[in-house]
Amino acid sequence: MTSADLAAFSNNAIAFASVVYVLAFLAHLVEWVVGRTVPVTVPEQRAVAVGAGGPRPDAPDADLADTGPDQAEQAERIDRFGRIGVALTLVAGLLHLAAVVTRGLAADPVRVPWGNMYEFTVTATFGVTLMYLLLLRRYHLRWLGPVVTGFNVAILMLAVLVLYVPVGPLVPALHSYWLAIHVTAAIVATGAFTVGGMASLLFLVRSRAENRGTLRTTGYIARLPQASVLDRVAYRMHAFGFPIWTFAALIAGPIWAEYAWGRYWGWDPKEIWAFITWVVYAAYLHARATAGWKGKAAAIIALIGLATLLFNFVGINYFFGSTSQHSYSG
Amino acid sequence: MSPEQAPVVESPQAAAGGAATTPPTPPSSPPALSPRELARWAWRQLTSMRTALVLLFLLALGAIPGSIVPQRDVDSLAAARWVDQHPTLAPIYDKLGLFSVFDSVWFSAIYILLMISLVGCIVPRLRIYWRGMRARPPKAPRNLSRLPESRTFEVDAAPAEALERARAVLARKRYRVDVHPDSEGDTGGGAVAGERGFLREAGNLLFHVSLLVVLVGFAFGNLYGYKGGVIVVSGQSFSNSLSQYDDFLPGALFGADDLEPFSFTVDDFHVDFLQSGEQAGMPTDFAADLTYRETPDAPARTYELAVNHPLQVDGGSVFLVGHGYAPKVTVRDGEGNVAYKGPVVFLPEDSTFKSFGVIKVPDAMPEQLGFEGLFLPTYGFSMERGPFSQFPDALDPVLSILPYHGDLGLDSGKPQSVYELKKDDLDVFTKDNGNDYRLDIAVGQTKQLPGGAGSITFDGVDRWVKLQVSESPGKKIALAGVVLALLGLLGSLFIRPRRTWVRVTRREGRTVVELAGLDRSSGGDLRDEINELEKRLQDSEAAKRETT
Repeated sequence: MTSADLAAFSNNAIAFASVVYVLAFLAHLVEWVVGRTVPVTVPEQRAVAVGAGGPRPDAPDADLADTGPDQAEQAERIDRFGRIGVALTLVAGLLHLAAVVTRGLAADPVRVPWGNMYEFTVTATFGVTLMYLLLLRRYHLRWLGPVVTGFNVAILMLAVLVLYVPVGPLVPALHSYWLAIHVTAAIVATGAFTVGGMASLLFLVRSRAENRGTLRTTGYIARLPQASVLDRVAYRMHAFGFPIWTFAALIAGPIWAEYAWGRYWGWDPKEIWAFITWVVYAAYLHARATAGWKGKAAAIIALIGLATLLFNFVGINYFFGSTSQHSYSG
Repeated sequence: MSPEQAPVVESPQAAAGGAATTPPTPPSSPPALSPRELARWAWRQLTSMRTALVLLFLLALGAIPGSIVPQRDVDSLAAARWVDQHPTLAPIYDKLGLFSVFDSVWFSAIYILLMISLVGCIVPRLRIYWRGMRARPPKAPRNLSRLPESRTFEVDAAPAEALERARAVLARKRYRVDVHPDSEGDTGGGAVAGERGFLREAGNLLFHVSLLVVLVGFAFGNLYGYKGGVIVVSGQSFSNSLSQYDDFLPGALFGADDLEPFSFTVDDFHVDFLQSGEQAGMPTDFAADLTYRETPDAPARTYELAVNHPLQVDGGSVFLVGHGYAPKVTVRDGEGNVAYKGPVVFLPEDSTFKSFGVIKVPDAMPEQLGFEGLFLPTYGFSMERGPFSQFPDALDPVLSILPYHGDLGLDSGKPQSVYELKKDDLDVFTKDNGNDYRLDIAVGQTKQLPGGAGSITFDGVDRWVKLQVSESPGKKIALAGVVLALLGLLGSLFIRPRRTWVRVTRREGRTVVELAGLDRSSGGDLRDEINELEKRLQDSEAAKRETT
């Protein structure tokens, strides 16, 4: 295949992947819509709680469940749609991966597929899918399905509509193996923080319902794991992402900057916001261990962290594009 | 300041005084106190986790203006332009230190307070940790089944044997183990207490201490380092002394005498642009050939300077940060003499390298001459846009400039920019119809100025490179600090401090084993660990049965 063919294939694969993400999103929606009328059943609740290593489920929810034959059939249907959603997400993820790889191969010379904002967005959303699929079984993350697929559809659409640039060679400033190291770490951390942020958001929703006593036995919120489990999943994602972000922003970045620009830290807008993100997530880790801050406040801090991360990625290039040395958007 | 350490270290004083006796957070309002008590109260407030959190937020918030308002240390030109454009806001911003946020009093205050808070937090914890390092695991609680994870099962072995096995299993899992045989009775029963994960707190402390190391390295670089920028036209030389720099930012303790006497000549500069395709005009590669000497007596060496390929010499590094065009011109004055000859640096304005510059000819007689305008590397013209550059490479270079005559204002003593024409006492040449006398000159052409005021010849095009010369001495300290911080962070996030107890008793002729654990990090998941221990305690029984 020629470069042009590969580039065209990459674009098609992104379109296909987006369509399949939409289908996966719909499957998960159906899963939750069907679930609206079915009370949460005992086994599911337990499976979630045990799998995530949380405390054993409290009895009240379980007692309410009426496990008649109809209910069992319904539960089976719900589960089927959920599995379809996951399978479609897997297919979309493979297409997404193919798009990322061919995008890199299409460039002449062949290079890593994150030389501009479009490519970074496409690769980072793939990171989100990958993170979700890898941890799906371990943490029983299926409740995250609609959020992940919906998020990826929205972001991929934005990438194609707003950020798209044709394949080209790298600008000279990016001619360095540090591009592979620094940006890979940033992508992995972004994926982890994004998934963690989703869990924190759902934690806020769920714990609000739990605290107000408005938690029903049916519906999406009822089917979410307990707030304590959500909190722990969120924490683990953030705890995974934070050292990687530390490496990306405060070690690999400065080493490359020293090498390329002659200063390891120059308070460039991108550096400032990477620092802000780091400080906010550091605050999250501290808040989670502080009386009066754990739970709700910590989750909000995590979401602020995610906001600074996304602003750093999008906002900096748009608002301060000309003043930042990091403005490589096409 | 310890993530996930809530139950153990809520705040230093809670840890020091024991969580049971001291309230988990410091009192929020000061009662009537003596100065000493007041100081102690203030110190407690400062070193509390809540204060640290607030300071972290202030640090994040305080950094934001640094990304919005142009910073003098980062881009002095942009800052100066901003000040010019906002005459009312600028003085207020200046008072607030918004043009150099990261040196400002208030930003420094935030991070210094944060560092004090950090020290105040970790010093007591270091002491506790030191004591904890040598402490033995606490004895088994009376009722093990009350702990978050517990198991009770029977084994065939005699109590003494089971106890020994429990000790071995825990020791193999790298627990620090104490065996406490029952004092009463001689059943051979007893309890094993195990504790592991001491490195978590060590990692946490290492992380925080390392942050101080990073700060020291950073400060060292800011005090003893320097950063200078200079534009060198291809073929010209640079020697490392203060007068050679276009802009120079020394650290507070850096003297001009500290500059090492290296020198170099830019022999050639070459750049490749993408010729075709949708991104035509994008530079794919640029590099400058240098000949350099580390000291005036050292042998000359050559080096290809490129982005991501800096030249490192004793006392500094040279970086290629930009490039542009320097059209070579010859200006003859009204008396026919050559009043100026040489390259003039024009500054690129966009990615097509349309460049702006001025040519000052103070030696022209009878009147001084000045030129201002554009250099277009590949000339193009349209009615809508006027003259423009089609491509960044110098394929069809044209100078499109306006000539002025009069007084350049160079004798007034006021410094002026070489990229700006001071037009107070200058008049533009005009045509008979009153229009400006614009000159579009291709390479090799000579254009006459009206009224026999002289002529200008466009001899050719040189390229220039913008170089940054800098040194940041403390960078290795900072790097070591941040790498250690990362190691500490990994330890503090992923090492799980655990206490496990096994009690073996003899009940009705059977050996009963109770196993229980406590995870001392709030995110801990003890179930797997206890399951595994249970399996091992029972497995060894199975193994034993098989062998006998």
